[in-house]
Amino acid sequence: MNDALTFHFDVDGENFVSAGQASVQVKKNLRELGFPPEVIRRVSIAMYEGEINMVIHAGGGEADVDVFEDRIVIVLTDRGPGIPDIDLAMQEGYSTATDRVRSLGFGAGMGLPNMKRYTDEMRIDSTVGKGTVITMSILVNNR
Amino acid sequence: MTIAELRDLLDAEVLCGGELLDRDIHSACGSDMMSDVLAYVKDQAVLLTGLVNSQVIRTAEMMDMICVVFVRSKRPTFEMLTIAEDSGIAVLATKMRMYEACGTLYANGLGANHTP
Repeated sequence: MNDALTFHFDVDGENFVSAGQASVQVKKNLRELGFPPEVIRRVSIAMYEGEINMVIHAGGGEADVDVFEDRIVIVLTDRGPGIPDIDLAMQEGYSTATDRVRSLGFGAGMGLPNMKRYTDEMRIDSTVGKGTVITMSILVNNR
Repeated sequence: MTIAELRDLLDAEVLCGGELLDRDIHSACGSDMMSDVLAYVKDQAVLLTGLVNSQVIRTAEMMDMICVVFVRSKRPTFEMLTIAEDSGIAVLATKMRMYEACGTLYANGLGANHTP
């Protein structure tokens, strides 16, 4: 396997306005690297949803993106409250977001299901009280 | 239709992206819930919304949209316009309410392009 190009971002948990900046940067990078638009869109949306989640639920975190020729792997790591029931969290419409978050246009319980929908593989490792690591892979030649 | 035609139909003001007015648009969506836009929208070029925060512009960017229309005379912040400029997104504002704005565009041939 070829060496990956890697990108690392710190996601500021205090600033809702800047949320999504890492996803914007990844989108630009992938565009420059010449990936197909559909792949770029899937990566961008999945990462953006994850980034928003880290900001509204976990007080920020870190995002690492490994770009291979045939796939893109996104790892989102936070030290937030963790997800007690992952099956429940994966249900469309289930959300623990506050009214404030909803008033900002998010928290409809679509984030995690959406991340799964747009990626080829998604794994959630979460420990209550410690944090969550979400690993998502998007295959370049799929779909 | 072009963004310029959309502007005329909605009697809208162009707040940024004036150079994009000639661009063709084939479908649009209207929502105040960015989660829904990210989940259900596909290939729509225009987002109509009454929600005002920077994530509206970011959501549009993630979905490869080229035009955001704020309804009910909502005004985006300077910061939002800066993000839109950087992202190549035209931002318009109309006095119409959401229902009227969407209905006007739909009646004039701008569809929703639903995909299951």
